[in-house]
Amino acid sequence: MSAPQSYGSILSGGIWSNNQMLVALLGLCPLLATTTSATNGLGMGLATTAVIVCSNGTVSLVRNLVRPEIRIPVFVLVIASFVTLVELIMQAFFYDLYQVLGLFISLIVVNCMIIGRAEAFASKNRVDRALFDGLAVGLGATLVLTTLGGLREFVGQGTLFHQADLLLGDWAKAISLSLGEDFQGALIAILPPGAFIGLGLMIALKNLIDQYAKRRAAARAVPAVRTDPSPA
Amino acid sequence: MMTKAKSILLSGVVLGAFAIGGVSLVAVTHGSVGERIADNQYQAMKRKLDTILPAEQINNDPLQDSLRVSARDLLGADATQVYRARHDESPVAVVLEPVVPDGYAGPIKLLVSVLHDGTLGGVRVVSHHETPGLGDKIEEAKSDWVLDFTGKSLTNPPLEKWAVKRDGGEFDQFTGATITPRSIVNAVRDTLLYVQQQGEALYQPVETETATIEGGQG
Repeated sequence: MSAPQSYGSILSGGIWSNNQMLVALLGLCPLLATTTSATNGLGMGLATTAVIVCSNGTVSLVRNLVRPEIRIPVFVLVIASFVTLVELIMQAFFYDLYQVLGLFISLIVVNCMIIGRAEAFASKNRVDRALFDGLAVGLGATLVLTTLGGLREFVGQGTLFHQADLLLGDWAKAISLSLGEDFQGALIAILPPGAFIGLGLMIALKNLIDQYAKRRAAARAVPAVRTDPSPA
Repeated sequence: MMTKAKSILLSGVVLGAFAIGGVSLVAVTHGSVGERIADNQYQAMKRKLDTILPAEQINNDPLQDSLRVSARDLLGADATQVYRARHDESPVAVVLEPVVPDGYAGPIKLLVSVLHDGTLGGVRVVSHHETPGLGDKIEEAKSDWVLDFTGKSLTNPPLEKWAVKRDGGEFDQFTGATITPRSIVNAVRDTLLYVQQQGEALYQPVETETATIEGGQG
């Protein structure tokens, strides 16, 4: 096995280069279903992050104890327990948000992203790295969920972070933005097709940025060949 | 062979240990926050009831004074909860939780309060699956449509006018969504009919929590 990944590369992998939602396209079910607003996306992202950090940590701790042939059922048990835990805690402390997200919280269990990280990373790495990887991957997912939610909410409804106070407390009313009551949004953004289109646009944008960065890097690597400065 | 049996046993034990560990974790958490969750549900329900009941006329707790009734034809479900609001012993209102079976995208749950004189104290949508941006205007948060029910009764408008405007009735429909408002108007009317039919029976005190009223031919 190669040398363990550095923290930096775990972080950049989770958030950008190996973003589980934009690159691996895992966890599409919650992505498509809950991103009707930025607040929902953020809430779902945070819940997913909590589960993935806990499950990564646990899986890493027991990685030498669990025999390969039963590792998948063990992962499922661990993940299901933490999801139920998160669900209970949410019902107890964020009841209003739970009423919005309720159904989808239990679906975190079947989010392939989480079992994917347990299998691909946590079961092969030390606890500190596994925890950090969970955090990075969760952060990456949260960013995608919140951005897509914000996009769909803004285009479809003309608001941003509407009802954010349900999640973050009363101060969050300050970050709620509205284009006004009369705004007639593009309904398609809120409907399921809007999620696919929005996700497609986000993936395209990420690939464009990657391509641009690659070209810049290539241009910088061979400066002698080109005499004219490359267009910025 | 021995090692194989041993390995199977070991796997079983490890798996069992994880199952026990997971279940205990959930059980402990549930034990410690269960009360809080129940309280949240109670408070949320109470807030909802307060918006459709004349709070100043009530001095009992309708949530503690409930009744389970069964009238599938009019209330849409085999069991419907009825909360009774009173002032001392005199009846003030009942709140029912009818289900609209024929929503555009599945059943819609309502909360309907009917004052003792037969007028509506208010209607709220508890849960639904209607199309965002079209049918979801039935939510109080999205439009005022559902507030129009307040103060209506079986004589105001008259029974035959209990329909959306497209069907020759009194109630607005939404652009692009007629099925949703139509089914809700029908369900609210049926709820009023049920309350009228039952009369004082809905206010009868019950000895046990599981008391039921059967019937409701509609």
